[in-house]
Amino acid sequence: MPKNIIEKIWQKHVVAQEPGHPIIFAIDKMLLHEVTSAQAFDELKKRGLKVRYPDRIIATLDHSIPTSKTRSIIQDELARKQVEALRDNTKKFGIKLYDFGSQFQGIVHVIGPELGFTLPGSTLVCGDSHTSTHGAFGALAFGVGTSEVAHVLATGCILQEQPKTMNVELHGSFDPEVSAKDAIMKLIALIGIGGAQGYIIEYTGDAVSALSMEGRMTLCNMSIECGARAGLIKPDQKTFDYLKDRPLAPKGMDWDNAVKDWLALASDSGCHYDKTIRINVNELKPMITWGINPEQAIAIDETLPYPIEMPETHRAMAEQAYAYTKLTPGIPIKGTKIDWAFVGSCTNGRIEDLRIVAQILKGQKIAAHVMMYIVPGSEQVLQKIHDEDLDKIFTEAGAELRMPGCSMCLAMNEDKVPPGARCISTSNRNFIGRQGPLSITHLASPHTVATSAIAGFITERLP
Amino acid sequence: MKSFTHLTSAAIPLPMKDVDTDMIIPAQYLTQINREGYGAFLFNRLKEQNLDFIFNHPDYQNAHILISQSNFGCGSSREHAVWALLQWGIQIIIAESFSDIFFNNAAKNGLLLIQLKKSTIDMLLAQAKKSELIISVDLPMQTITLMNGEIYHFDYDPFRKTCLLSGYNDLDYLLSTLPKIETIEIYEAR
Repeated sequence: MPKNIIEKIWQKHVVAQEPGHPIIFAIDKMLLHEVTSAQAFDELKKRGLKVRYPDRIIATLDHSIPTSKTRSIIQDELARKQVEALRDNTKKFGIKLYDFGSQFQGIVHVIGPELGFTLPGSTLVCGDSHTSTHGAFGALAFGVGTSEVAHVLATGCILQEQPKTMNVELHGSFDPEVSAKDAIMKLIALIGIGGAQGYIIEYTGDAVSALSMEGRMTLCNMSIECGARAGLIKPDQKTFDYLKDRPLAPKGMDWDNAVKDWLALASDSGCHYDKTIRINVNELKPMITWGINPEQAIAIDETLPYPIEMPETHRAMAEQAYAYTKLTPGIPIKGTKIDWAFVGSCTNGRIEDLRIVAQILKGQKIAAHVMMYIVPGSEQVLQKIHDEDLDKIFTEAGAELRMPGCSMCLAMNEDKVPPGARCISTSNRNFIGRQGPLSITHLASPHTVATSAIAGFITERLP
Repeated sequence: MKSFTHLTSAAIPLPMKDVDTDMIIPAQYLTQINREGYGAFLFNRLKEQNLDFIFNHPDYQNAHILISQSNFGCGSSREHAVWALLQWGIQIIIAESFSDIFFNNAAKNGLLLIQLKKSTIDMLLAQAKKSELIISVDLPMQTITLMNGEIYHFDYDPFRKTCLLSGYNDLDYLLSTLPKIETIEIYEAR
């Protein structure tokens, strides 16, 4: 029977299933960070267990660390303790940590691919919901809670139920000002934030093949925002070109054999999916969120929707959203004044994203009333920014280039949008207070964030 | 994990869909390295913004059941959301549906998630809004009973049920199957 890529990877990782029990599922790789791992290590210590496969796990610092130049001295006592706990735990259990000072420190989902740790056909988990990012390489990757982090540490396995599969086909070609971010935001707006709950998505179609690896990562990254357990894309020549010679990727004969295996992962023709959704990207326009969850999104040239015109189940949330974001239905969202602009996160903090921002900011100044943070996803990205002199463009435009980390995407550190301030952001969630207490977030692509920062209001075009 | 069999409690109505884990516990409270101390920050943003928010209401401070709508627990994978709910005192959530990761996290901590159809949820929310709604949950029988005698059956995974009734958890089970895992070793075979 023809199989899709999800079924192929899934079946290869089913260790056993006893009658009346969930599937014992093998996890090949795990990424750790400081916020969701300490309690998992405690569980191992409490039970006197070892880490079963320490060489299949890597760790870094990203979520709660400062992004200032002096970040290695963490002022916040709790955040410092988290970092120290990760240092102690990785040392005690023999796990590689990419700490401050390492050329590979960065956001877990940025450094996994950069290191060649993320490989096609593998299963990969992390205590972070945006682990779906790694699906861009044809890995089956998903977020887990801290208990499951402990399960993988101790056994290399977790318990799973077989998911349903969804094919999201993207056809056509992207306009220059439209990106993978707009495509995933469109999908979420179409099916809703619970629309893919219980599914793993395969993204297919000529528009997906045409995307760079960075674009594919952005697409897979936000799969969780429509409730999907994971999202992935079949590996192709672009995938192999990206991974070849990366520090942790297979070398020599191993590489050649691996590529052969990876090519066989592609979905068979005539395979089945439980659901299929098609999106024509020719018609796609730059997207923006207006509310308090990622499904509340429209094209920038649309007017803000009336709650009364929505399905009954969506009205209360829309009214709550308008009360919070201080916007009025029926008027255009374009032209809404912004106070902050944020470029970064595991969604859009890679070099390609920052090149787009630099291209737009070059020779321009951001609006006088706007504060702009540019936070690279990793030390590798930061190095490229310096190599390509993008830092000068950012600084001359009036933006502030910070050190790598999650920063203002979730505002765990001191990078916060002030109460009541409105931020346009390349990140992935616009939940209430996500970027700081009482902050207002509008999600958009790097292109739109850059044009809006210059204009001082929401727009996809330079004034 | 604590075991669970029966509970009778007032129910807190939270008539919202897509309650996300950032709402349940904002990221700023996650900078701790233990599993305790999260209950005080449950729904903190909503509590600060709105003094009428149900979790500020004195009548509900001893309630152990929460009723909500679809896609409860969506967003971030933070297990802290489950810890915060349990530590505040919530032991059961009744909703139309739950997000995948939240569902898994709840199961590992003894938080009972009960899925009921929309019409039943709507009825329960309407009743709870009118006057105090007391619900009795019986896990062995898989029923919820209202004070007026109405009984509703809920489906529950048999493995999860055994775990909850006995306090046995996933890691106990996984460790018991380690010899099996050892013989397979998918990773090396690839």
